[in-house]
Amino acid sequence: MSPSWDTFFRTLSLADHNTRVVVAGTTMLGIAAGVVGTFAYLRRRALMGDALSHATLPGVAAVFIIFGSKHLPLLLLGATLSGVLGVLAVLGLRRVPRIKEDAAIGIVLSVFFGAGMVLFSIVQQMRTGQEAGLLTFIYGKAAAMLTRDAWIIAGTAGAVLVGSIALFKEFRVICFDQDFAQSQGTPVFVLDVAMMALVVMTTVVGLQAVGLILVVALLIIPPAAARFWTDDLALMTVLAGAFGALSGWSGATLSALMPRLPTGAVIVLCAGGAFLVSMLGAPHRGVIASVLRQWSLRRKIAYQHLLRALAEMEEAALGPAPAGVGALERRRGWTRRQLHEVIRRAVRREAVAWAGPDALRLTASGRVEATRMLRNHRLWEMYLIKYADIAPSRVDRDADEVEHVLSEPIVRELEQALDAARAIPPSPHPQEAPAT
Amino acid sequence: MNAAWDWSMDGWILAAGVLSAGACALLGNFLVLRRMSLMGDAISHAVLPGLAIAFLVTQSRSAWPMLLGGVAAGAVTAVMTEAVHKFGKVEPGAAMGVTFSVLFALGLVLIRRAADSVDLDPDCVLYGNLDQIGFEGAVGGAPHAVIHLAVVFAANVLFVGLFYKELRISTFDPELATSLGISARVMHYALMILVSVTTVASFEAVGSILVIAMLIVPPVLAHLLTDRLGVMLPLSVALGATAAAAGQWAAQYGPGQLGIDYSVKTAAMIAVVAGAMLAVGVFLAPQRGLVSRAVHQWRLSLTIVREDILGLLLRWHELRPAEGRAIVREDILAAVGDTWMARWGIRSLVRRRELRLPVGGGLELTRGGESRAAGLVRSHRLWEAYLAEHFDIPLDHVHFSAERAEHFITPQLRRELDRDLTAPGVDPHGREIPPEREG
Repeated sequence: MSPSWDTFFRTLSLADHNTRVVVAGTTMLGIAAGVVGTFAYLRRRALMGDALSHATLPGVAAVFIIFGSKHLPLLLLGATLSGVLGVLAVLGLRRVPRIKEDAAIGIVLSVFFGAGMVLFSIVQQMRTGQEAGLLTFIYGKAAAMLTRDAWIIAGTAGAVLVGSIALFKEFRVICFDQDFAQSQGTPVFVLDVAMMALVVMTTVVGLQAVGLILVVALLIIPPAAARFWTDDLALMTVLAGAFGALSGWSGATLSALMPRLPTGAVIVLCAGGAFLVSMLGAPHRGVIASVLRQWSLRRKIAYQHLLRALAEMEEAALGPAPAGVGALERRRGWTRRQLHEVIRRAVRREAVAWAGPDALRLTASGRVEATRMLRNHRLWEMYLIKYADIAPSRVDRDADEVEHVLSEPIVRELEQALDAARAIPPSPHPQEAPAT
Repeated sequence: MNAAWDWSMDGWILAAGVLSAGACALLGNFLVLRRMSLMGDAISHAVLPGLAIAFLVTQSRSAWPMLLGGVAAGAVTAVMTEAVHKFGKVEPGAAMGVTFSVLFALGLVLIRRAADSVDLDPDCVLYGNLDQIGFEGAVGGAPHAVIHLAVVFAANVLFVGLFYKELRISTFDPELATSLGISARVMHYALMILVSVTTVASFEAVGSILVIAMLIVPPVLAHLLTDRLGVMLPLSVALGATAAAAGQWAAQYGPGQLGIDYSVKTAAMIAVVAGAMLAVGVFLAPQRGLVSRAVHQWRLSLTIVREDILGLLLRWHELRPAEGRAIVREDILAAVGDTWMARWGIRSLVRRRELRLPVGGGLELTRGGESRAAGLVRSHRLWEAYLAEHFDIPLDHVHFSAERAEHFITPQLRRELDRDLTAPGVDPHGREIPPEREG
């Protein structure tokens, strides 16, 4: 059921007024939610949005019951009031002994939603009926967005952006170091209220588009995705806004292209896709990058261990002599496959050469590196024995891990601290001492 | 729907509500104590795609595939949340938010795409269909949903009963559990699986919102009432069942009582009643309720202000022995602060015959009052002496500490202090420490 090229083109170029409105509305919502969500995310208020959005339901239903009207601003006002009440309830419950934040959020979202459903079942039986318009608050109905709705979203998004930019510095301080902010006389409570107000505004206008169950996703997922790419708050905020916009745009476009795709859910899935890509592929914090980093570190460590083992064996033999592969294998906890793999790499890098069918020797360049490793190892061992007061029999393990990361300046300092000249210090382990 | 009670229908609704509430509340204790309450929220949303896939594959609403799909989705939620938290270094709450919203969205899309072929309504998952339960296909007189819930309830009771020790230790002290050879991870996943099973069994009858409410609210309420896990578990089940029964009653008869001619959703009403019960608990719980804590605070403040007044009178007399023993009320209030608590304190001291109103006006200590005041002043000065002796505190600072400590020093502690200081006659400021009196 793939769309024709014509539909495809018309949708992407926003030729239809309806598509234009929906895409513009969801994109702007995505930007606002991503930006304000960044602060909420860093302040660990992410799930507060969940309680908030569920708590809007009784307000919507109550307004309808009381005024009998589906006038949108009025419904949004009701949603705001009961949403704020829900947030206050979470904050109040959290102060009761024995009630933790997670429980407070769960209590508020389920009880308020229950209350909303009770009121809803009354709405369904009222003569004025037609609760259909109200049900869009639960699942959202972006596809039926009117120009007026898009304007409301645009206005809110604009206000949220202005507020976020104006208070950017203050938000940054309370996100990262609340105690410091407090000690500097920053009105943390007022700023918290301002931040929550921005979250509430975004959530309430998001209800219509993605529904109250999923609107929290727009507050959480884009910031969480943006966090993988950067440590800089300004950049993270921009990226989160961009991810939100991208999700809103692609979700609305996809559901315009294909029949029977609920827009809100597709927007959330697009955001989820952006999150997945970020989590896997981000350059530094991404999972793939960190797996690769660990893998190459492991390879480097194995390689350096091989060289050091050879240097130690030469030292024991009192001169350059080939070492048997069997002896190497016994020396460390290597499996045969691991050992052969690391030998292959060392041979390729010309640090080691075969000296017979089953024996290895260090090349000249290999010996330089191997000696350096051995020296680092011994220096660290001696340092631990002398300054950390660790028994000589215990230092080998520790040095085994540290020798690979000792930088030139640290080695310099170790030399000074230990009064060690350029030579290799002797081993502190008697069994390894060269046989004389 | 203000119909009269009808056991053949309402009885089954009651049974379903009570069983589901009990099953959820029992497991919820461990979620709440582990600070993972929202895992219940996450799982109950995230089972949707599992149910949808089970529908799409089998094209039926039969129990086993649904259970399998739901449990698989629940397990996926738990694993995915942990993976996002661990590998993505996302904080746990946000990791859960990402996971469950994406899974729920996936469920919505699947259901919508398959709307032609399957009769599955996301509404049903959210808030169930408890009011229709009596009409669903019945086996041996009992509706399927009730039988499923009974089995799940029994399974949860069995699980908690068999692994009570393991659950308790791994909940309160995961490190100890690990050192005892109990895998906290296995317990975690077992709990998550059971929560998923309970959610799936409940969704048909009561919906996920009630599941969340029942997982969290009764255990939190029970925790306000007791510290003992052995009491908290059955108490939470009883509270959940009470909420279910009361909620059903409120849904059926509440609107009529209010003169409104509408019926309301039973499951939603149960959640509201549970919330109301919690609100009452938050205020009225015997020890931790707001009211009893406030009362406790008041009583403490009153005791302190009374003792301050007694001490004031004694010291006044000590400083100005010539001026007689009585002080006018206004002077007392000026010294301790003119609050209603202080006025009340004076009145109650007179009532307790520790102060009296002599003929010449003002207030003076009775024998009993003087004895209590002397004990208090003795506590104060002994404490000052003790601080000066054992701690390197400047002399002008010991008074503030003693001012607070005097109200909490018992006669027994005074004896200890006296012995420690080898019966000092005077405090560091050179004032006499009154001797201990009997009574």
